[in-house]
Formats: sequence, structure tokens, C-alpha cells
Amino acid sequence: MGRLKTYSRRAFLVGSVALAGGVAFGTYLARRDPANPLHSDLPEGAASFNPWVRIDATGITLIAPHMDMGQGAASLQTMLIAEELDLEMGQFTVEFGAPSPAYYNTALAAEGAPFLSSDTGLMAETTRGAMGVLSKVIGLQVTGGSSTVPDSFDKLRVAGAVARETLKAAAAQVHGVAPASLTTEAGAVILPDGTALPYTTLAATAAGIDPIEDVVLRDPAQWRLIGKPVERLDIVAKSTGTLAFGIDQTVEGMVCAAVKLNPAKGAPCRSFDAATARTMPGVRDVVAVTGGVAVIASNTWLAMQAAEAISCDFAPAAYPADQAAHWAAVEAAFTPETLDSEWRNEGDVTAALGTTPIEAEYRAPYLAHQPLEPLNAIARVTPAGVELWGASQMPRFLQQIVAPIAGCKADDVILHNQYAGGSFGHRLEFDNFRYAVEIASQMPGVPVKLTFTRETDFAQDYTRPLAMARARGAVRSGEVVALEMAIASPSVTRSQMARAGAPAPGPDAQIVAGMWNMPYALPNFRAAGHAVTGLAPVSSWRSVGASFAGFFGESFLDELIHAAGLDPMQARIDLCSLPHARKVLETLQDMAWSTPLPTGHARGVALVESFGVPCGEVVEVSLQNGAVKLEKLWVVADVGRVVDPVNMDNLLAGGALFGLGHAMNCEITYAAGAAEQTNFDSHPGLRFAQAPQVFTKALENGPAIRGIGEPPVPPAAPALANAIFALTGQRLREMPFSRAIDFV
Amino acid sequence: MLTLTVNGETRHVDVPPQMPLLWVLRDELGLTGTKFGCGAALCGACTVHVAGEAVRSCQTLVGDVADMEITTIEGLGTPAALHAVQAAWITHQVAQCGYCQSGQIMQAAALLVANPTPTDRDIDDAMDGNLCRCGTYPRIRAAIQTAARTLAEG
Repeated sequence: MGRLKTYSRRAFLVGSVALAGGVAFGTYLARRDPANPLHSDLPEGAASFNPWVRIDATGITLIAPHMDMGQGAASLQTMLIAEELDLEMGQFTVEFGAPSPAYYNTALAAEGAPFLSSDTGLMAETTRGAMGVLSKVIGLQVTGGSSTVPDSFDKLRVAGAVARETLKAAAAQVHGVAPASLTTEAGAVILPDGTALPYTTLAATAAGIDPIEDVVLRDPAQWRLIGKPVERLDIVAKSTGTLAFGIDQTVEGMVCAAVKLNPAKGAPCRSFDAATARTMPGVRDVVAVTGGVAVIASNTWLAMQAAEAISCDFAPAAYPADQAAHWAAVEAAFTPETLDSEWRNEGDVTAALGTTPIEAEYRAPYLAHQPLEPLNAIARVTPAGVELWGASQMPRFLQQIVAPIAGCKADDVILHNQYAGGSFGHRLEFDNFRYAVEIASQMPGVPVKLTFTRETDFAQDYTRPLAMARARGAVRSGEVVALEMAIASPSVTRSQMARAGAPAPGPDAQIVAGMWNMPYALPNFRAAGHAVTGLAPVSSWRSVGASFAGFFGESFLDELIHAAGLDPMQARIDLCSLPHARKVLETLQDMAWSTPLPTGHARGVALVESFGVPCGEVVEVSLQNGAVKLEKLWVVADVGRVVDPVNMDNLLAGGALFGLGHAMNCEITYAAGAAEQTNFDSHPGLRFAQAPQVFTKALENGPAIRGIGEPPVPPAAPALANAIFALTGQRLREMPFSRAIDFV
Repeated sequence: MLTLTVNGETRHVDVPPQMPLLWVLRDELGLTGTKFGCGAALCGACTVHVAGEAVRSCQTLVGDVADMEITTIEGLGTPAALHAVQAAWITHQVAQCGYCQSGQIMQAAALLVANPTPTDRDIDDAMDGNLCRCGTYPRIRAAIQTAARTLAEG
């Protein structure tokens, strides 16, 4: 309880700093708040007190700048505003907002700092603060990195409180009463005599009042919404087929497009023959695009059929043609020249390893994102600029990317951001928009809707990188005394930022994420990352580096624990040096590990900290006719504070199942420069009947509020591999596990 | 010109008979609740009912169903008049991204007509062709059981 009290006070201080306009940062640029984008087209009589709230006589609109790709961001962000603004969840509409520096994300940049989450020393805090300031100065508007909650928690509650106090001031002015005599409830200011004045009736007056920024955030004990089960805003629409995703949008006069692109990502199309395609039904035009060709037709399917009928002469890939060469490059990368990071080197690892260390080598494959909604975008290019409809996690980068294609300024690119049918990192990229704008630029004024086939989406997917670990360890007298691990992988951050046109200086934390920061007090520990270059382009895949580094670290630790003759759960609890992470393990011990184990079943455990969240999982497996069946899964994580418990449970379960499905069933391999997996038959993720029973619990002991979109993914693979070892004695050191064993 | 019966209404479309029903629904009739996921009957997002049977509309040629009753998610129920399966999906807050859920709901509704009291094993067997990339499977299982009880109570 003492910890939570401390946290609440810190949160309030952070909120106060934000209210003061950033005075703590001490520079003009950092202090200056970006202009409120809602003011740019605010009609007469409408009020906007900050970039997140707009009210007029007809209704209330809340802006949720973190876009919603299924993680519930629309509900979660508006819940934070509504809590302080005294709105019920049905009393407003939601928009994702325009690309704007006002929607900078402080939490994401701070997470890139090379400090353990437990490190609250001056250097660590100063660096995190400086990265947050940088984010504000450059207007980094990004949905990702499990940052929606930590970025929004104070900021959006303050936004709601400012709106509330300003509306009260408007009511006070109109009715000649003291603001202190007013209260608010369910979208209305309440006068002392009990009369309710709907906010919408006060908008015109409030528009003429400077926002009241001297506000006090509510005590958590008063919260009506935060921490309570709330019905998702989109749940009825998503259960009745009435929610329009990006792919469901239509614009007057729209034509449909499909592309045929070089499956060797990034390589050109030398020539094409579209004679047959041009004669096919519904085809309106065929145009060249970067690396391929596009068909414009009256109907998506007709465009796809015609694109398929085009024969192309594609240039070979700039990266190795075949998978064996990719692995050879990774194997060759464990050298001093490729050393990217060595953030932990504690004790005397070499001495502790002795002459006969335990050694192992681990591998993780390339993986595709493949959310179920294929990539798509609508673009209209006019002399005034570009108008886009589609889902993007990086709207301001998107403006910079497409503006040169259309020959306009970045500010003249308008994005209507949309609900996304999943992402898992896929919509951090821009190709769908880039191609839509390339096509639309060739037919000015006509809205062009581009839809990728699933096969195109697989072929063009910037995958999770492949990775290898080489590990050595030692046990003595029933204790793990040394662990040394080097991981070699292409740098996601450098590959991705190069496409976004942004620099990525310094080591890439993602090569070792989830391993270098394992929260265990090992007397001798060394963690190194090596950057592999020259391979296929890669990108952020849900939980990024921790999706492989967490598997390597927690699997090898399990090997050492077994070699020491210890219980996998108790040994982790004894080694764990982070109090709230240890509590995660102890909770798993109570919920899962200590419960009776049916005959023929076995369990494995793993704990990975990613995005500041310690997440632990236990998987229970059995054998059915020689195949492994997933029986049960327990997921426990500490996020500091739970904002939306229903969403939390859904993401704990969903993230872990996502991790399991890919560890079991999926890989991307290259042949002749192209991904060999082209649809869900060869890369399905987890199938329905494979899903185990799931039990979840979210804890609130951690020192800071955190996001949960990614942290449940990394522990899933090692927990399963460790369970399979316990069941069969077979140690799985390479994903996907289906290479070595069968699953039910 | 083909004549279709979709959600009880007669609709006329001028498309090649080999066009998959999915694209007729989405691009010609504006019924976008039925989703394009894979184009190869590998994910189930495009599931609709044809003569009461759950089928993958991406692999159903429109010319083959011209005389048959077609029901899409929009015809199963509406926000104002929910089908029991949709109501259960809302009660259990099943959806995350929600993109697969039209297909999941159509598959589940067909299952409950064929088997009003499915076991979890029956549910797994009937639903195994429907992918959910977000991992909502446990909530789908629970929602189907709830819908089965609702339907049984009439």
C-alpha cells in the first residue's frame, strides 16, 4: 500500500509539471505546447480547451490520438478524459485525430533509454526525461511500444479536468454564481439549485474563456470509470459487422486498385506485359509503381485478377536469395566487430564458467505480422495536396513519406485515421499508403482504394528479424552461478527508421531486449548483442526483440536451473531481484504451480520483463497420441495500475496466445529472394482448437503505470518450451517448435 | 445481370458469374460487414450463410448461389435487434480488433442451429477454420455456450 501511495503522489507531480507547460525542462522549445489542431477548423460556437476535447451545441467529441488496432485504445483514452470530465461512456463520439505535433508521445521515447526499469538514479531519469523532451520537440506521434497508457494516463485526465473546470467557469459566468458552488455529472454542470446544464449548451460561452489550467486531479478513490469493468465503445459495432475499418471505407467516385509487386522486397520491376490485363472486365487502367505495377478497376476482385495476369520481369533481391545464406550471415556475426551492446557484464563470468560450461545455441525465425485486415489505403491527390483514409500508427512520418510522391508539403497531407483490423506492428510501415499515393498521383482528383491480396501482404511484410543466441552457463552446489549470452540479429530499429527517413543512432536495445534486463541476481552475468547487416528488411513485430531474446534467456536459464537440480518456479523466485517481478512469480506459484498436476501433464514457467512490465506465464501440456496438447495457460503481469480490467484480461490472454501460436507454428523463410509462406495455411498463428484454457491476473505493485499490448508475448514461447522439456525431456532450442514436434 | 436474395431482399448485380460472392457483397452491394481476410478459405473472415449453411464467401462463386437465400452478418441481427450469438459476443466483450468476428459469429450461429448444445470439443471442431489473430478464442468458447443457453431458453 505504501508503494501505491508513493506512486499516486508521483503521478500527481508529473501531472502538475504538464500543467505548468513543461517549466521543469527549462528551454523555450520544450516549454512551448504545440498548437491545438482542433482550433484550425473550429466552427463558430464550438469550444476546444486542448487537443483532446471539442464541444459544440450538437455534441461532444473526444480525440484518441493513439489509434485503435484492437488493443482498446479508443475506449481506454476516452475513459481517462471522461473520468475527469464527468461523462458517461456513451455521451461522446471518438476520433483518432489529425496528424499533429500536439499528439507527441513521451512514453515511447523514454523506453528506448539503456537503463534497467529498476534504475531510478539521476542518469537514468535524466536520460528518460531528455528523450521525452525530444519527443515533444519533434512531435513524435506514434502508437506503439505499449505506450498508450503510460503516455495518456496523466495527460488525458488533465485534459478532462481542464475542460470540466472551463465549462464550470462558463456556467458561473452565465448564471452569476461562484464556480466553487458548481459540480459536474454525466455531461452537465449542476447549479446549486440542482439544475443540470448540458455541456453542449455551454460550449459557445466556454469558447470565449481561456482554459482553466489550474486543476487538481481526482483522488483514485473517487474514480467512477478507471479500474472498473467498462463496456468497450466499439463492442456492439464489432459484434454486428457495423464497424467500418479502413478497408470498408468508401469515398464518392472511388476506383479500386490492386498491385503486383516484386516479392524480392525493395528490388525493382524491370518491365511488365499487361496486354491481357488491359482487356479484362472492369479494368480501367494499368500503371507502373515502384517495384511493380498497379491495376485500376471498378471492383477490387477484378483489379486483383487483372494484376495477377500481368507478367513482370523482376530484378533479384539485394539480400541473400536463400534462407541458408541468411542463417550463415547470423552465425558469422558473433565477432568483436559486430558487437552492438554489452550493457551487463557483472562478476567474473569467464572465471565462473570454468573449463566445462554448459553450452547451448538457440534460434528464432523471421515472422510475418499478418493482421487479419490486409493492408489497404484510399488516396486522393489534388493540387491542394493528398487526402488519405486508412490506419496508421505513425501519422506524421506518413505525411513526410507520401508528400514527395505527390509533390506537396507534408502539412498538406490529410489523414483520416481508421480503426485497424489488427496490426502487431504492421501499420508502423507505409507501403500501402505509398503505393496508393503513387497510383492516385497518376489519376489526379480520383480517389483510389488499394487493397493488398493476402499473398501480396505476406510477400511485402517487413518481418520480425531472425536471431541466434550462443549461451554458456555454470552451476555449482545446486546454484546457478554464471550465465553468459550473446545474441546476433539484424537491427529492427535501424531497418525501420531508415524507411521512415529518421536516424537511429547508438546501440539497438531490441537485439537483447528481455534478456539483458532479466530481473535475476545472477552473481556472474554477461549479455551482449551483435548486429547482423545485409539481410532482408525487418520491422517491429509485437514485443519486438523480447519475442526472441526473452525466449533465449528464459529457456537457457531453465536449462541451468534443471542442471542445478532446482524447481523451476522456486529457483526463479529465489533468484528474482525485482520485488514486483518476484510477486508475479509468487502469484503464479499460488495460482498454477502449486495446484495438483494431473497424471501425464507437465508445466513450464517463464518470466520476461518487456516495456517495463514483468510478465510471467505457466503453460501446462500433455501428450495425445504422441502430439503435444496445450491444456492450460496462466498469465500474470504487473502494470502498476489497471485502467481497464476487461481489456487487460483480453490482452493478457490474447498476447500470450499470440506468442504461443507463432512459437509453435510459424516462420518466414526465403527462397529466390521471396518469402516462401504466402497465406495462412503455412503461417497460421494459433488455431482455434489449439487454444488452452486461460487464467489471467493483473497486479498493481509496480512503481509506474505501464501498457500491456506487448509484454504477454515474450514469456509464452519459453514457458511452452520449458513445459515440453518437463513433459518429454526434449529441449526445444529453435522456433517454430513444429519443426521438432507435433502439436494437437 | 444476376438476381440475388441477400438478407431477405432481392438485389440485382451486373458482375461475371465467377466473381466470388464476397466481392459482390462488399464492392457491389456495400455490405462490408463480411470481411476479406485471405481469399483462399484459410481464415473464415468471409463466412456467410447460404441456404442456412456456413460457407466461405471468398470461395463461393456468385453464379452458383443466385437462387439461394444468402444471409450476412447484417442480416443475422442489428444493433437494435441483436441475434442471441451477437448478444453473447457483447456480454463477453469478445472482440479485440474485431475483424474476424463477423465470420466467427456467422460460423457460431450455424453451429448452434446444427447442434444446439455443443460441448467445448464440438465448438473447437466447428470453429477450427476461423482464425483470430488477436487470440480471443477462450472468450468465443464462453460466448457460444452463453448463446446456446439463451437460445435453449427461447
